[in-house]
Amino acid sequence: MIPDRFKGLVFPAAALAALEIWARSVDLHSDSLAPPSAIAAAFGLAISDGAFLSATRDTLASAFAGLIIGGAIGLAFGIALGVFQVFDRLMEVTVEAVRPIPSIALLPIALIALGFGYRMEIAIIAFACVWPILILSRAAVQEVEPRLMEVARALRLSPADRVRKIIIPAALPRIFVAFRLAAGIALIVAVTVEIAINPIGLGAAIMAAQQGLQPDLMLAYLVWIGVIGYGLNAGLNLAQRHLFGRAALVGDPA
Amino acid sequence: MVALSLVVSREASASKSARPQIAFSNVALNLGGKAIVEDLSLTVRPGEFLCIIGASGCGKTTALRLAAGLYQPTSGSVEFDGQPMRTPRRDIAIVFQDYGKALLPWRTAAGNVSLALEANNVPVSERAPRIDALLKKVGLPNHAGKYPAEMSGGMQQRLQIARCLAQDPKALLMDEPFGALDAMTRQGLQDEVLSLVAAANMTVIFVTHDLEEAIYLGDRVIGLLPNPGRIGIELTIDLPRPRDQLTTRENPEFLRLRRELFDFIKASEA
Repeated sequence: MIPDRFKGLVFPAAALAALEIWARSVDLHSDSLAPPSAIAAAFGLAISDGAFLSATRDTLASAFAGLIIGGAIGLAFGIALGVFQVFDRLMEVTVEAVRPIPSIALLPIALIALGFGYRMEIAIIAFACVWPILILSRAAVQEVEPRLMEVARALRLSPADRVRKIIIPAALPRIFVAFRLAAGIALIVAVTVEIAINPIGLGAAIMAAQQGLQPDLMLAYLVWIGVIGYGLNAGLNLAQRHLFGRAALVGDPA
Repeated sequence: MVALSLVVSREASASKSARPQIAFSNVALNLGGKAIVEDLSLTVRPGEFLCIIGASGCGKTTALRLAAGLYQPTSGSVEFDGQPMRTPRRDIAIVFQDYGKALLPWRTAAGNVSLALEANNVPVSERAPRIDALLKKVGLPNHAGKYPAEMSGGMQQRLQIARCLAQDPKALLMDEPFGALDAMTRQGLQDEVLSLVAAANMTVIFVTHDLEEAIYLGDRVIGLLPNPGRIGIELTIDLPRPRDQLTTRENPEFLRLRRELFDFIKASEA
């Protein structure tokens, strides 16, 4: 009766309907909840007056900038640590000591150093993105098929060519998985920083709605953040499958 | 004058062929405190086809890797063209058994052959015609755009051989190259390797556990004894060339050699 791909929508639709019926039957007036119809109305309004658009732009710009900066640093160090065992041992303690610091704990320092705004947010996101990409790309490089490294030795490829022609292409599918993981983290950290302190983006907007006692708008933002997260992951999944085929799904931690 | 120059040139060629292409002198290798091979001395003449057989764990592959420069001997020396082997050399090509792991899965057949040309600094403009010629040589002329995953095992091994030939090697070291292939594919590839090697006058060390394959292909067969690996038998194969899958294998000398190697393996495992 229901096509397979729509079956996953049955439960959310039923839950929304039940919520709507319940809200109307108790004549809901709340600071934290709103009936789905009110959320939908707030959603429509926020889209049409551009509030969603500017907040989304701020959040995604910070998230992507942080992802690119942190990703580049993580990738460079990950490959270097994977290729040079000596370097790996030299940095092991440092990496393991700095890595567990929750990125959000850097907020006070970042705030003093960089003030409110994009730079502080991007710096924290970048810090958060360095680690998954560093750790996973290091592992990907270390686990390149040893036979391929022997082929490289037998052909006497230069160190630069080994990295460029063997190691990076061999590790690329797993590096992309790391990138996907980091993209999710970037969005989480961006919204968290905005909710905690930074007066820009979706996080600040959701806080403003809450403090303005507009639960419908607050929940509309929540739904919208979910939609963005879903879209981001779906887009990267699509790119991954397109770029690497089924091979990419091997070693996928997700 | 003519007679003199003839003598001179014969002497020159004699002295040239007198120098072995590959020479092991009292080679021993310990890995992790365990003696893998011991007191291994052997020479391979330029253009010779040497097969190494032995029970599993006898150090066949180790001997090949020593010849390739992938291992350094613990004592003794390995020389190629009179020079000690310290690292792998581009004029020595290695065909690995696990072709599936030795090919770059993200490169097409042409791209995999190109890797060896890139390593040898062949100019870009010369690569395409050479790739075409090499793929044609190994019987893959219409598969240049295919990825290894789209090819059968036999085709992948042909591709690996093409990549090795792209190095323009003096010596080809083959580590059980046809061990994972079915019997028909294997016989076809045996004949192709023989003709490729004869055409390029390459020196070959061919490791196999298939005694008949060793006799069929080789000018000489060395059998190793295990724990630690050392030479246990050495047979010169005087079967006529070109060899033929039917007549060579029915030759009484072939059968006699097969019996001799079979007995050797049985005794070495006892």
